[in-house]
Amino acid sequence: MPGVPAHIGAFHTIGVDQLQLLLNALQSRGYRTIAPRIMDGAIVYSEIAKIEQLPVGVIDRQDGGTYRLEKVPTSGYFDYVVGPQSLKGYLFPPRETLLKSVRKNGDWQFTVPPVEAPPLAVLGVRSCDLHALAIQDKVFLGGPYVDPGYQARRQNLFLVAVNCRRAAATCFCHSMNTGPAARQGFDLALTELSPDFLIEVGSPSGGELVAELQLAPATPRQVEEGRVISDLLVAELQGRAAKASNEVSAPAESPGASGTTPPIRERFLDTTNIHGLLLGNLEHPRWQETAERCLACSNCTMVCPTCFCAAVEDVSDLSGDNVRRERAWDSCFTAEHSTMNTGTVRKTTASRYRQWLTHKLATWHEQFGTSGCVGCGRCITWCPVGIDLTEEVVAIRDHDGAKARNEV
Amino acid sequence: MATKPSLAVFKFASCDGCQLSLLDAEDELLAVAGAVDIAYFLEARTQQVGGPYDIGLVEGSITTPHDAERIQEIRKQCRFLVSIGACATAGGIQSLKNWADVNDFIHRVYAHPEYIKTLSTSTPIADHVKVDIELRGCPINKYQLVELITALVHGRKPRFPSYAVCVECKRRQVVCVAVAQGIACLGPVTQAGCGVICPAFNRDCYGCFGPKENSNPNSLVQHDAANGIPRDHLVRLLRNFNAGASEFRLASDHMERSVSQS
Repeated sequence: MPGVPAHIGAFHTIGVDQLQLLLNALQSRGYRTIAPRIMDGAIVYSEIAKIEQLPVGVIDRQDGGTYRLEKVPTSGYFDYVVGPQSLKGYLFPPRETLLKSVRKNGDWQFTVPPVEAPPLAVLGVRSCDLHALAIQDKVFLGGPYVDPGYQARRQNLFLVAVNCRRAAATCFCHSMNTGPAARQGFDLALTELSPDFLIEVGSPSGGELVAELQLAPATPRQVEEGRVISDLLVAELQGRAAKASNEVSAPAESPGASGTTPPIRERFLDTTNIHGLLLGNLEHPRWQETAERCLACSNCTMVCPTCFCAAVEDVSDLSGDNVRRERAWDSCFTAEHSTMNTGTVRKTTASRYRQWLTHKLATWHEQFGTSGCVGCGRCITWCPVGIDLTEEVVAIRDHDGAKARNEV
Repeated sequence: MATKPSLAVFKFASCDGCQLSLLDAEDELLAVAGAVDIAYFLEARTQQVGGPYDIGLVEGSITTPHDAERIQEIRKQCRFLVSIGACATAGGIQSLKNWADVNDFIHRVYAHPEYIKTLSTSTPIADHVKVDIELRGCPINKYQLVELITALVHGRKPRFPSYAVCVECKRRQVVCVAVAQGIACLGPVTQAGCGVICPAFNRDCYGCFGPKENSNPNSLVQHDAANGIPRDHLVRLLRNFNAGASEFRLASDHMERSVSQS
């Protein structure tokens, strides 16, 4: 019989074999279980029945416009970081029918389709994505207009987080204060020790599961070991800025001269006065320079775990008697997004890129009281030409027109 | 259109695949036949009704002096003129002749070249007459065709996206073949509407729907070339069914010049 639920903040340990029991317990509670799986050369979320289906000894190499999985001789279960998908599609589906209308004998009948929100448990969520979820919560649940579909799916979500042991070159959660360690917003959080996992309780239902599985409390040494893993990663990420400035001051090792491939840029973002910086540089030449590279293809916004824009369209059949109102993911990089009865407002790619970056990093603060960026790096990796928002901010900061004007 | 609108289907230089998409719309075909009066359609009717027509679907490109005249007459006969498919909207694969010497072709292919009267170029319908709506693709997508007819029957604008194939790929959660495999894919510069058939089957988009709005193929292929994709491959990728579309043509010419310089 299950004992007293483990309290929030309690640490226990769970073996690999017991992870299967965790999956079983979630499934017996009616949860559909999804976890990271390999598909078409990437880590994606997919249904999982057996814990052996998790990719073991696999890491991801990510850089601007490139993503490759690599086998490594370790037994780590979660040493890749984030793939192209986030939790976004599970709560805010790429396509959703909001309303159905049928015309019978000249009269319209409207029905709102029932919300589909089967209980869902996600294993392997990273800290950046938990922060993204908290931002999406503000978008869809905050204010007077609550999205009923999102709300129902959110209530039926069980999250097993994983604390990252490594970061991709595109990760910059430390700059955005969103990681790497998961602090809140999960039901359970795993840290991979060897060979067992540390498991932290983050919610009452997480505590019930820990009790049901009769997991052993962690020793202080194991808790410390878990903390050290996160601390080491924080130190590595925090060292990136210093490392980058050393590289700049040592041009003798510059890649072009030696003929070797350039070192991968390890990302970080200086967010100092970023609101003033971006809004004070709306006419910066960099926007046009970036527009010459930018494809306005919308990939950055589609993979962004916080981008929430959607297009709503009425779709009719040939008779005109059956109409569905459909909502689908949209992007500020499309012409349709800013098209009104007077035409398209943001005609140029420069104006669209500027809209996206200034919203994401600056005006999001006014709208939602937080940055729209969680530093997951997906927009860098999945940009087909590798445009890197952290580089864009550096370029604008290096020639800060607003600052120059103030100094004159 | 208060009464049942009449529909005519015309063919120029093309393979017939796009007009056959109408007959391939099996589930919707009876509804289409009920909503419009199919007045002129050589592939579907034995008797043809003369114009004028409410809707004219034009397949194929203009490649002969005779066709250049014929399209003028068709324009006069049709209230809404819709060019359907890559041949009609961009000149089709046959626009490769725009880069070559057509007399050389004629002398190599025909025993009696003096009988052949052809233009030196293959050009889209819109280069010759005003086109009201374009339906992209090689072939066109049957759902877009049905949407077009639905919209015209009900007197509204058809819902055709002008954004990139990538938007549909990401909505379907298809893993990007360009980023995850390093394959040169034209999805980011190509207009959506095909249902991402190619990337969903783990291969590259070859741009059969033609350039998206604000298409930037130059940036894409320069990036691909920098990542080691052979430049002549990139030229061929752009010079496909939509070789004649201006954005693809300019980017392929630019890339070709860099091949000859390297």
